Amino acid sequence: MSQLHTVNKSPLERNALESAITHAVKGNALLMIEDGVYGAMQGTHKSAMVSDAMSDIAFYVMGPDLKARGIDEARIIDGIKIVDYSGFVALVAEYDVTQSWL
Amino acid sequence: MSETKKFLYVNRKAPYGTIYALEALEVVLIGAAFEQDVSLAFLDDGVYQITKGQDTKDLGMKNFSPTYKALGDYDVNKIYVEQESLDARGLTLDDLLPLTWEDEDDDWAEKDSIKVISATEMAKIMEQSDVVFSF
Amino acid sequence: MALEVGGKTVETDEEGYLENRDEWNMDIANAIAVAENLEMSDSHWEVVNFLREYYEEYQIAPAVRVLTKAIGKKLGKDKGNSKYLYELFPYGPAKQACKIAGLPKPTGCV
Repeated sequence: MSQLHTVNKSPLERNALESAITHAVKGNALLMIEDGVYGAMQGTHKSAMVSDAMSDIAFYVMGPDLKARGIDEARIIDGIKIVDYSGFVALVAEYDVTQSWL
Repeated sequence: MSETKKFLYVNRKAPYGTIYALEALEVVLIGAAFEQDVSLAFLDDGVYQITKGQDTKDLGMKNFSPTYKALGDYDVNKIYVEQESLDARGLTLDDLLPLTWEDEDDDWAEKDSIKVISATEMAKIMEQSDVVFSF
Repeated sequence: MALEVGGKTVETDEEGYLENRDEWNMDIANAIAVAENLEMSDSHWEVVNFLREYYEEYQIAPAVRVLTKAIGKKLGKDKGNSKYLYELFPYGPAKQACKIAGLPKPTGCV
């Protein structure tokens, strides 16, 4: 079943992003929301982990959560798509199963 | 006058995902009324609290980042930010709010409150504090 | 609780602070002042407007010590003291002036 993984924790505080990436398989999607959006930034100690996983997993990040935290879109890792709330809903509808990594 | 104690507030959480950051800020502002020797430490995800450009309109949450700029008015002007924490997050001093205070004894000269320090120096500041509140 | 101003109802909390800061206008400020037994003079407005500007910039109503210092810097030393401010707002400049300014109760004010 195609899965959408959502991550709402900062990758520099918890291992939710790391674990989601480890357990996601080819064709899955991963959406970063709330504090999870820090995982979308370039130049962090976790950026390489995300870039490396991009060949198998489609990455998305919540725009309003980026904006709230003052993260400029120019500092997002290349290849991560920014979505809004309706984009979130569309992703949930597109994938068979949604798994939240809390 | 009672003896002045060294208070240290340690901030380690990102601003909006949990309530810790806002609660800590309120405690600092309330505590400032007691005129103690107050320092703030930002490390780990806490450094995200004082980044520039926060805009929470679309979340329907209060953006409390401008309030950090009022800390100088509350005589809270020792703000320590850990270098290693910035590095791990791809951040530099330029990404942080310009937190300043005005020195009444120096013709209201505006001075920087933020000092970026190493984890080793941070450990020393923790060690030298009489009271530590960790959030 | 609620306040009637010009035929409109404005919601306040049990202590009389506005529920919705965006509803504030000068008529509402005057109505709150009347309820507090205060007559608004230019000196009162000076403090109220200062508080609104402070809130706009910092998203916080300043504690009285901070207000006093900041008023002294902006409006002059003769106004930057608690005697002057308490004469204008006998029940506490931070508390009473914030209420009239449509702001929440200052943080640290019990």
